Amino acid sequence: MGAMSPPEETRDERDVILTPPPPVRRILVDDEPTVVQPPPGNGHVPQGTAGLAAPLRRAEPLAGPKSERMSIEGVSIAYGGKLAVDSVSLPVRQGEVLALIGPSGCGKTTLLRSLNRLVEITPTAVRSGTISLDGEDIDSMEVTALRRRVSMVFQQPNPFPMSVFDNVAYALREQGSGRPGKDALMSYVGDALVRAGLWDEVGATLDHPALRLSGGQQQRLCIARALAARPEVLLLDEPCSALDPRSTQVIEELILKLREEVAVVIVTHNMQQALRIADHVGFMYLGELVEYGPAEQVFGAPREQRTREYVGGAFG
Amino acid sequence: MSKPIDSVGSWPLRDRLGYFAAWGAGLALIAIAAAILIYMAYRGAQHFDPGLLIESPSASLDQATSGGFKDPIIGTALLLVMSTAIAAPLGVTIAIWLTEYGRPAGLARAVESAVEVVAGTPSIVLAMFGLILFQEWFGFLTFDAEGAVLGRSFIAAAAMMSLIALPLVVGATREALNSIPGHVREASYALGKTKAATIRRVLLPAARPGIGTGTALGMGRVAGDTAIVVVLLGSTLQILNGADGSVFGLFRGTGSTLTSYVYYNSPAGEGLAPEKAYFAAFVLLLVVIALNFVVARIARGKEELWAR
Repeated sequence: MGAMSPPEETRDERDVILTPPPPVRRILVDDEPTVVQPPPGNGHVPQGTAGLAAPLRRAEPLAGPKSERMSIEGVSIAYGGKLAVDSVSLPVRQGEVLALIGPSGCGKTTLLRSLNRLVEITPTAVRSGTISLDGEDIDSMEVTALRRRVSMVFQQPNPFPMSVFDNVAYALREQGSGRPGKDALMSYVGDALVRAGLWDEVGATLDHPALRLSGGQQQRLCIARALAARPEVLLLDEPCSALDPRSTQVIEELILKLREEVAVVIVTHNMQQALRIADHVGFMYLGELVEYGPAEQVFGAPREQRTREYVGGAFG
Repeated sequence: MSKPIDSVGSWPLRDRLGYFAAWGAGLALIAIAAAILIYMAYRGAQHFDPGLLIESPSASLDQATSGGFKDPIIGTALLLVMSTAIAAPLGVTIAIWLTEYGRPAGLARAVESAVEVVAGTPSIVLAMFGLILFQEWFGFLTFDAEGAVLGRSFIAAAAMMSLIALPLVVGATREALNSIPGHVREASYALGKTKAATIRRVLLPAARPGIGTGTALGMGRVAGDTAIVVVLLGSTLQILNGADGSVFGLFRGTGSTLTSYVYYNSPAGEGLAPEKAYFAAFVLLLVVIALNFVVARIARGKEELWAR
């Protein structure tokens, strides 16, 4: 890290961001909740420090109206009779990042996986309530069609054991009856890699095995793969928890850029991450949605006692 | 600077005995393997005659006129190809069903047990069963001598041989599929792919090294088995076409393999041509070692693909 020397005034913040974050509960344990609220009007990276080494600040919300892409209404999910998600209602809006936070086992990943009906893979899972995408009940949609519109990135980078190109093209192939050729797919693949911020690194070596990439590159490849079919909603299940801080930062910047085109829902354990990238935050505890609101409010002035304790590091 | 001290002398007697026993066992195995290889290479070299490889055998009690073992080599190759062509697709299919579907659970357990039963059945029992099967029901697939159905043919032998290779293919493929983390499958489903597409495009390519290992192991066992060949190909050393000279006729025909050639000709069997048998046995040994080498190569090529 010593190789890069940023301006003096950003040194402190940079160190906080770039050293691997210790468990959040220890950082925040003695702080007033308001301390983690970003200073108003300081949402932009200072001049001259733009780039990877620059500290990532709280992003400004995008201007313009936010259209609701998905709505979650009274959704409960149980595994073999054990309730994992308890009547949760939430909107998922285009142009913003929704972060689901909460302690392990609080149901946030289960809720996320219900949005593309991936919970159905678990044989014992039962869901009630309504989830709709652009007004259409997702249960009435063909599951393969739904998942092309609501795509997902997982906790572990999991490229398929094939070339970089084939990984991204995977989602595009076999959608219709015929198998489009490499040339026909090239523009889509290139576009997805550019959007995932990976093109500069792999554009010349598209035929190399994807599993030779670094962990951070693999995760961005997974994002490119998820973007290739031009989904409307992107689900991210702790996408940075297996990555180093630098790769994490790259992906966070990417997420902030992506929210312009897709609605982003991210599950994260890392409250600082939620604070950095989320527009709205849902705090879940024991399957319940305890609090939902703008990130500033949930972190800065939580209404609920349990939220205050969690973001204050008292438990979880 | 002195070396850090870590001497066996400080160990308890029991541990020291175990330590030397472990060393001794390893060295003994090396000695046995080397003895087999060196002895067979020595005897094979004594009777080394490349002409034997391309000369058909002929029925004669005189070693000078009994020909070579071209037909047994072709027979071994033919059996390898035919039994692999049956065992590999069948084994991979069974493994996919067991790991990716496996429902109802009771049926899956039954299939698992069946694979174990087949794996545990001695090849002579498989041979007996095959003989009855092909005499009674599938005589049209076997060689008939002037109308008498003998239940013997390359098809019959390959079918039973494939049962020897099958459990190895199933086992290695299952292991390979099980080593693919669940989230890789989910990643494919999450891209809107069906289970079938996931198996075909992601899981099978990822399991290819495992499938290769299992197949090569199975081929090694097929190349080395004698009981099925003696029972289901009979004692003709030459390849006899079972029909009109066509490829199907070849499959329906009988012949021999390197194992049955060694069996009939070596002192361990009928002892008709012991010297040629040594050379044939050495060739067989090389074939099996080569197959094991292929296994080792495939296994080494396997990388740890995914973070767990």
